[in-house]
Amino acid sequence: MLDKRMSAADVVAQLQDGMRIGIGGWATRRKPMALVREIVRSDLKDLTLVAGYGGPEIGMLCAAGKVKKLIFAFATLDHFPLEPHFRNARQAGSIEVWELDEGMFHWGLRAAAMKLPFLPTRAGIGTDIITQPGFKMVRSPFEDGEELVAMPAIRLDVALIHAHRSDERGNILTLSNDPLFDELYVRAAEKTFVSVEKIVPTAQLDMARNARFNLVERPLITGVVEAPYGAHPTSAAPDYEIDLKHVKAYVDSAASDDAWNAYRTGYLDGDEEAYLASVGGAVTIAALPKPVY
Amino acid sequence: MTDQIYSLAELVIVACAEAWRNDGEVLATGIGPLPRLGAGLAKMTFNPVLQTTDGECWYTSEPVPPGKRATEPELEGLANYDRVFSALWSGKRHALVGPVQMDRFGQANISVIGDHDRPKVAMLGARGFPGNSVSHPNSFFFANHNTRAFVDGEVDFVCMAGYNPDRYVNGKPPEGLDLRIIVTNLCVMDFGGPDRRIRVVSLHPGVTFEEVQDNTGFPLARIANAIPQTPAPTAQQLELIARLDPNDMRATVFKGDPRGDRRAA
Repeated sequence: MLDKRMSAADVVAQLQDGMRIGIGGWATRRKPMALVREIVRSDLKDLTLVAGYGGPEIGMLCAAGKVKKLIFAFATLDHFPLEPHFRNARQAGSIEVWELDEGMFHWGLRAAAMKLPFLPTRAGIGTDIITQPGFKMVRSPFEDGEELVAMPAIRLDVALIHAHRSDERGNILTLSNDPLFDELYVRAAEKTFVSVEKIVPTAQLDMARNARFNLVERPLITGVVEAPYGAHPTSAAPDYEIDLKHVKAYVDSAASDDAWNAYRTGYLDGDEEAYLASVGGAVTIAALPKPVY
Repeated sequence: MTDQIYSLAELVIVACAEAWRNDGEVLATGIGPLPRLGAGLAKMTFNPVLQTTDGECWYTSEPVPPGKRATEPELEGLANYDRVFSALWSGKRHALVGPVQMDRFGQANISVIGDHDRPKVAMLGARGFPGNSVSHPNSFFFANHNTRAFVDGEVDFVCMAGYNPDRYVNGKPPEGLDLRIIVTNLCVMDFGGPDRRIRVVSLHPGVTFEEVQDNTGFPLARIANAIPQTPAPTAQQLELIARLDPNDMRATVFKGDPRGDRRAA
């Protein structure tokens, strides 16, 4: 039988120094934080982090010294608009960046998903984005002759996403109202590992009713990790909402090296069970109120 | 005109609303409390067919108040991010956003202050500004009109394209580039000067052109020798604004929530 269940440590064991790793979700929504925390606990280094719609995964991996290069369009914690660890890393000049428009990022993943070398776009024209290395212009071969940006494919070695349910074969359900761009991350990647709230028998996925929540077909999924509250402190609505109190603690941990070390010791050095206990436990997270935007 | 006392924030909301007056049925995106309330005011008055969102992933029948909500809004459609890109690429959107810097070409920056490789200040990143700028109309709000916001030369990192011929093949920007109005704490401007230069179209009560020019890092055009005054909110508009903003978020934007009319009483 096809059984793709594994642990977060099994996932990290398949990652290598220098890989291009894409992380799904959006800002403070559905980030695969249990897998990110496992990378923080590992010896991995020199990663190219591909996180177009970035949140705490960017700052946390930068603070832990895992990132050589960042491909992104923004980094924010929504209610705390500026990601403080990302700022520290940028202002120290400790990471290379390739900064994109959000739509260009989407296009780059889509090109990779379609196995195309590039997709044309107007986004970036007239800006400093396309003065960075890696872009070329392309002329429409049709009558209009328009000059467009050739947005190169963003191919990923590995994509990490967080979903709500899966079966052991890797059929996944993403139950949020907004599927975000997780499908494109998966399709742009050689391998995808998914942390999920719960692994259930296939029948319990109730596919007939939940079809629109099934973003990709299972051959694209290499492994599924059962990680309850694995997106914390980001949200995995409808199962649970963002933990603003913990996001604040994370923000405060960027104040100094001591503050970051205290955060690591307090929250990251143990395993996920210890992490969940340290942030108040399952019942507390499940009861977090819906935020306003 | 009314004799009613109104705040600078309310004057700005009314000026922002004007951005969407003639847009018809498009998505109105106002970033920050005042632009968002402006979009709501436009929808509640002269452009009822505008679409607004809850800031998350739904189109709502009525504008959603900034901050805490007493009731959940009626949802009228899905506005997930993939669809937002589709909508913005189609041109059926007008955003009113708050950049950190803008230059004489209307080029805007929210990414970094200083050098891009090792910035003095790292901010958000370019977000969707590049694509927005060449796809649909954009307007702007600046809470502090000064020479750090309206800079001499070019902005430190051009996130949003502007009317700078040097940045385009053949000197011509894409057709979608359509910069509309700039609302600040001092005045309202547009891009109607010679060669799309930024010009002052109205001054907030008690503000002079010289004061605006002194706080701008490049020369400004003016709509006329005698620049009109920014219209004061009407009693009906003030009432609607209060309804759209029950949490009084508008009072938190300008320090001390000053009056809109700065002339001596």
